[in-house]
Amino acid sequence: MTKAITATEVDQTDLPERMATEKHPRAIRWMHWFNVPILTVMIWSGLRIYWSYDVSRVPSIRFGEETLFPEGFYDVLQLDRKLARGMAFHFSFGWLFLINGLLYVLYLAASKEWKHLIPRFADIKKIPALLLHDIGLRKEAPEQGQYNVMQQLAYSGVTVLGFLAVATGFAIYKPVQLSWLTSIFGGYQSARLIHFIVTMSFLAFFVVHIIQVVRAGFGNFWSMVTGYELEPADEPVLEKEVADV
Amino acid sequence: MSERKTLTEAQFKSRSRRSFLTGMAGVAAGLGGWRYIQNDEPVGRIPGILRSAHERNGSIWQALYDSNRLAPTFDPGDARPLRINGRHGVREEIDLDEWTMDVVGRSRATIGTHEIGDITSLPFTEMTVEHKCVEGWSEVVTWGGTAFSNFASLYDQDAQAPFVGLETPDGDYYVSLERDAMMHPQTLLAWELNGEPLTQLHGAPLRLVTPLKYGIKQLKRIGQISFSDERGPDYWNERGYDWYSGL
Repeated sequence: MTKAITATEVDQTDLPERMATEKHPRAIRWMHWFNVPILTVMIWSGLRIYWSYDVSRVPSIRFGEETLFPEGFYDVLQLDRKLARGMAFHFSFGWLFLINGLLYVLYLAASKEWKHLIPRFADIKKIPALLLHDIGLRKEAPEQGQYNVMQQLAYSGVTVLGFLAVATGFAIYKPVQLSWLTSIFGGYQSARLIHFIVTMSFLAFFVVHIIQVVRAGFGNFWSMVTGYELEPADEPVLEKEVADV
Repeated sequence: MSERKTLTEAQFKSRSRRSFLTGMAGVAAGLGGWRYIQNDEPVGRIPGILRSAHERNGSIWQALYDSNRLAPTFDPGDARPLRINGRHGVREEIDLDEWTMDVVGRSRATIGTHEIGDITSLPFTEMTVEHKCVEGWSEVVTWGGTAFSNFASLYDQDAQAPFVGLETPDGDYYVSLERDAMMHPQTLLAWELNGEPLTQLHGAPLRLVTPLKYGIKQLKRIGQISFSDERGPDYWNERGYDWYSGL
């Protein structure tokens, strides 16, 4: 009756079975991972184009005599003197980015997955509580669906960024054939500036996204690969069983 | 929200293994594709596959081309001095009084020679448009000259050729353009910039101007114009840039 059982002796099969719940549909996972190299190539080739005329010389934002990126930045990433190659990559991979983005939006619409991504008004009011929780000043996280409101804003925001990237991209690419589009963005140089700001916003999103994913743990990350996330191991149950024996 | 599907732990583990293998295969395919592009036989200094992408893009935009669609024009008061970016073909000063321009026909024989007066006596037109460089900068400038189509009408039969080639007198710089772009009403043989005669570094006495293309196509100081059934040599196309370079 007083047989001591330590956790290491408990056979996995003795435990009540853990379940894995679907988190990400297959289509979303494929499009998410396909987008990683595509967007990387777009930003990398875009910076090669940007190198030949950097923002310091665009009248609307002037950083004194300094360029936004120091010379070493271009040097290390081999972005300098590669304009022709930059354009060649940008105008071919751009189609892949467009197609992937279109499929993503169509899928969101058809599958009703978009409902997870658009914050409702009630969610917006949870932002202060959520931020307090995130910085450790509030114990309980506010109630949420699949994503919390900051995630919803990040993921719907990045979809809007994708749309803006494509629209300003075409405005710069064909400012005569698509001059109506260029004029929507305030003209050629203005479209260029917005396109650049969108790019920097993608990079900012990327930093936040990585931090959020690291904080959420491996199980969450892995669910974007497998589609499923295993319930966390139920430690208290194990302790209770041991005590009962 | 909607009911989510569930898996047992054992099912999840087997799924994890499969997903891991699929993921690895995907990474390998991506890296393989990247290596393929990088090692692809270059055509005009860029990997062949990217060159064909340029060509396909060119066909798409050429199919959507409409000769009635004009590049946006600006108030002449918005015109600014134009920077001098490329000096290919105009490095040495020439005697403008000695300048003549040859015309080469589809048979590749010279079919005409012109002095500047032959061109400046054609109907004059002015336009204020945004001049755009592949590098990304642009300037609003006013060009004065005659529509290339006015000049082409002097060469009825030869001007039907699908391509037009232009080169500088020293042959250092040369471009090739499709007939559609050349016959567009905003494609000019220009001798004025912002109301002044062209300077030598801007292509005096006569240069090509078209808002339908990047500056790399807008050849300065024309020495020869050729009507051709094939694409002619194109300086920046040989150096990694898109032949079509349409805007």
